[in-house]
Order: sequence, then C-alpha cells, then structure tokens
Amino acid sequence: MKTALKATNVNKYFGGGFDYRRLLAWCTPVKGETPPPAHVLRDVSFEVERGEVFGLIGANGSGKSTLIRVLSTLLLPDSGTVEVFGNDVVRDAGAVRALINRVSADPSFFRNMSANENLLFYGRVYGLTPEEIKQLVPEILERLGFEKDKAREQMNHLSRGQQQKIAVARSFLTSPVLMLLDEPTTGLDPRSRRDVQRFIREVQKEHDATILLTTHDMEEAEILCGRIAFIAGGRIVAIGTSEELKDRVAERWQARGLERERLDINMEDVFMELTGRDLEEDEEPVGVAAG
Amino acid sequence: MSAISNPIAARRAPGPATLAWAFIERQTNLWKRYWAWELVWLVYGVVNTLAITFIAKEVEAVGIAGADETNDLILFLLLGTLVWAYLSAVLDDVSLVITWERWEGTIEHTLMAPIPRWVHLVGMAVFGVMHATVRTSLIFLIALPFFAVDFSEANWLTAAAVIAVGSVSIAGLGILAGVLPLLYPERGEQMSFMVQAAVLLVSGVYYSVEVLPGWLQVFSAVSPATYILEGIRGAIVDGDTVGESLGTLAVIGGFGVFLVPFSILAFSWAERWAKKTGKLKRQG
Repeated sequence: MKTALKATNVNKYFGGGFDYRRLLAWCTPVKGETPPPAHVLRDVSFEVERGEVFGLIGANGSGKSTLIRVLSTLLLPDSGTVEVFGNDVVRDAGAVRALINRVSADPSFFRNMSANENLLFYGRVYGLTPEEIKQLVPEILERLGFEKDKAREQMNHLSRGQQQKIAVARSFLTSPVLMLLDEPTTGLDPRSRRDVQRFIREVQKEHDATILLTTHDMEEAEILCGRIAFIAGGRIVAIGTSEELKDRVAERWQARGLERERLDINMEDVFMELTGRDLEEDEEPVGVAAG
Repeated sequence: MSAISNPIAARRAPGPATLAWAFIERQTNLWKRYWAWELVWLVYGVVNTLAITFIAKEVEAVGIAGADETNDLILFLLLGTLVWAYLSAVLDDVSLVITWERWEGTIEHTLMAPIPRWVHLVGMAVFGVMHATVRTSLIFLIALPFFAVDFSEANWLTAAAVIAVGSVSIAGLGILAGVLPLLYPERGEQMSFMVQAAVLLVSGVYYSVEVLPGWLQVFSAVSPATYILEGIRGAIVDGDTVGESLGTLAVIGGFGVFLVPFSILAFSWAERWAKKTGKLKRQG
C-alpha cells in the first residue's frame, strides 16, 4: 500500500488581518471591534492510502471545504504540510494539480456555454486533445445516465442534477489519481444520487483512483467509504471504519451504563457521540471563508 | 515524482501554445454566447467615435478653424477614438481575467488546472488582441463614410508595427490591472476601471499631452498609450516609415519588456496572497 495523501499538523486561520485604520492618526481602533482570526483547521493530521475511498464528515463550517481547498492547492496552510503522492501541495503545486481533480457541491461552470464547450475547455487545460475529449465525454456521460444530446445545451438550461453530473464528468475526464469529492451529491434527487454514487464506485475500482469524499449523508459515507474521519471545529476527532467507530461508541455507552444494542447504533449516533454535536451545529462564521 | 499511472501526469505535456489556445477558444465561445453584449459595445464604440469626431465639424462650423485645420482635427480625433477603442478593449479583456471567473463562479476550477499562470495570462491577452482587432476594424469601417478623411500619406505598415508592439505593453498593463480583483474581491473590478480611466486622461487620446498641467504630464510619460498614439498619428498623419518610428517603437517595446514579466510576477504574488487569505473563494 502506498500513501496517496498525507496531512500533518495542518492549521489554517482566517481574518484578523492588519487593521489599516491604525495608520490614520485620527482613527483610534476600538478594542474588540476587529474580531480575532478564526482558527478553522486545527492540527489536522491523517493519511489516505492509494486506492482508498476516505470519508470526511462534519457539520457546516467544520472545516471540510477549507481542508479540500488546501488539498486542491487553492488555499495555503498557515502551518503543517500536505503531500499528494509525495508532492508538497505548496512547493510542488503544479505536480499536485496534474494528479488531482475536484467535484464541489456547486457545479461551477460557464453558464452560457454548453456542457460540451465547458468539458472541451476543462479537458484542454489538463492537456487532453479535442479528439480525446470528443471520444471520452460521451462514454462518461452515458455511464452517468446523462442524455448525450443534452450536452449540446447551455449549462443554465440544465437541471441541478444534470449540472452536477457534468461536474462529475469534468473531473473524471482527466483521470485523476486523487479525486476530491466535496459533497458531490448535495441537492440531487435520489436517482441522480444513485447514478453518481454508482459511477464513483465503478471508476474507483477500474482506475485504482483514491477518493476523498466529504458529505453530510451518513448512509452515503457508509456505503462508499472504507474509512471515515469526523471533523468538528476544525479538528479531526475520530478516524476508522464505520464498524470500528460504532464499536468505539458502543464501548463508551457501555461504560456509561447505557443499555442499547450494538446493531441499533447508526452513523448519526456515532457522529454525535464522537463529535459532541449534531450535523447542523457548526455554522460557518460570518465573513470567513471556512467551509 | 512518484511512479503512478495517471494519464495526464504520464503523458508529454502539451506546449504552451496548445494550452494557451484553450483560453482563446473558451473566450471565443463565450463571446459568441454574449453576442448581444458585443453588439452593444460595437454600437457604443461607433457612437462614441462619431460623437467625438463631430466636435471637429463644430469647430469648423463656428469659424474657429479653417477647412485644412478641421481635416487635421478630424483625423486627430478619429485616430484617438479608434486607438482608444482598441486599447480599452485589450485592457478590458485582459484585466477581466479574474473578474470573468468570479462572475461565472469558475475561478477555483480554472486556477487549480495544471497550467502555468503565464500561459493562462498570455492566452487571455492573445484573445484580447484578436477581439479588439475585430471590434475596432468594424468601428473604423462603419465610422469612415461619415468623414472625408485623407489617408494618402498614411504608412499602414508602421501603424501595424506600432499596434503589434503596443499590444504587448497594453496586455502587460491589463494583467497588472487584473491583479486588483484578486486582491480586492469586492472593489477590484471598479479599481481596474479607474486604472483605465487614468490612462485615458493622461495619454493624449483626444488632445495632445502638452495641454495637460505639468504634474499630469509626468504620468503621460509613463503611460505606454501615450507613445502608441504618438506612433500611430506619426504613421497615419505624417506617413512616418518604420525606420523613422524606430525610437517610438523602442520605447513602446521597452514598456512591454518591463510590463509583461513584472505584471505576471505581480499576478503570481497576488494569487499567492489570495490563497493565503482565502480570497479566491469570495465572489465579490
């Protein structure tokens, strides 16, 4: 087994920058007016093995998307290191970008361009030729259950589910060895969600891709992920397989004298027990780019 | 790098020209989709050119100038408006490199592509030059029949050389203006327009820079547009040959040699700062 992703003591702060009003003689900064920096990632450390589907679960504002942005080279950590197949995300950002791709909850496309035109652009910037793109796109779209003819339509004419399938196609088009899936099925109808989940499983097996998946959906995490990490308040609070995490909770409950069958424990119970909060609790701080 | 089977990482990377073409192709597709806006800017360009150049006719009508002086003034204003239509279109396209992506919400996906930033910026600049050439040519063709302009002295080769060399320095200025939306997601776009407005004021677009107050003429001296306009007017009005314009071309080229690497460096620095502070995510 080879390490695909290794994060060591990653910390990230937002806000609390220099207040330029201090330079103005007539402006006396009011104590407490400038909020202190928000500590959105706290000593985050974990490893993901090659070929693994690793789940990252946390409430809104817990730091999931911030962590994904650090891994995507879109955000620089304030301290700590992240390596993707031995490449540092800060020093070797170009090499890392060639190995990864990302699907986020927001599909993010040029809305007035067609799906095909968007895929052509994103394929080209990853070094694919138009011929390769024209060959690969219909194959991927078919496997995602997407009507080929719809790919000629402008993105803003497509439904949310169709746009998200195009986002998944965009990412897999470039055959990344590390795929960062940031809530890829959020807002999808059950059928689209199943299509995307099935496609992720198939591609992961066929291409030996490593997948880091963030989700709110405990069932999805349990189905897709080999190991799961819980993140709360910017800190990783537990890592293990779903069974290991359930066992840990069962032991805790037993120690507290709570009578409950091990089989009755679901992942939501596990999340609440190990993080001390429910999925809605951590809200994104106002004006801070945590996710 | 680790031996892993990634088709993108393993294959021979395409050359910079191929990668830059992706941006030219994308902007062309966007241009086609936003054709109504293009029509608006074309009409605006034509109206602006006519409105300003007709001032010369008014000067003749009220008896301030004679026929010969009026013709000179018409040519002066016509060239000023056309060159400005061209330069502002290049500046717009290049300085909107980040703003476009923020509008569309694609900034993170574009900036995480494995493509050197200078290739990205050069691709956008080349599209800007192509786009500006098409739009300005159309404005020129539509505006021309309104005035009896004498181009018998014009040296078109010199004019083309000035535009070609000048486009590089203007692209550099555009990239520099494009840094502002990276640094200031909420106000950066407006700040880019202010840079454009300042270049318009000091570069002698509708008047010669000599009429400006002395302190403003200092800024004229550091604006590449001043020398581009000087070179174009020399070529079209006085018929200067390439040889006679070498001094002006060297100055304009010097701006390009300095501005392009400096602006790319500044852009990279600003991108790093935006990644440090989380400003890439902000939509403005």
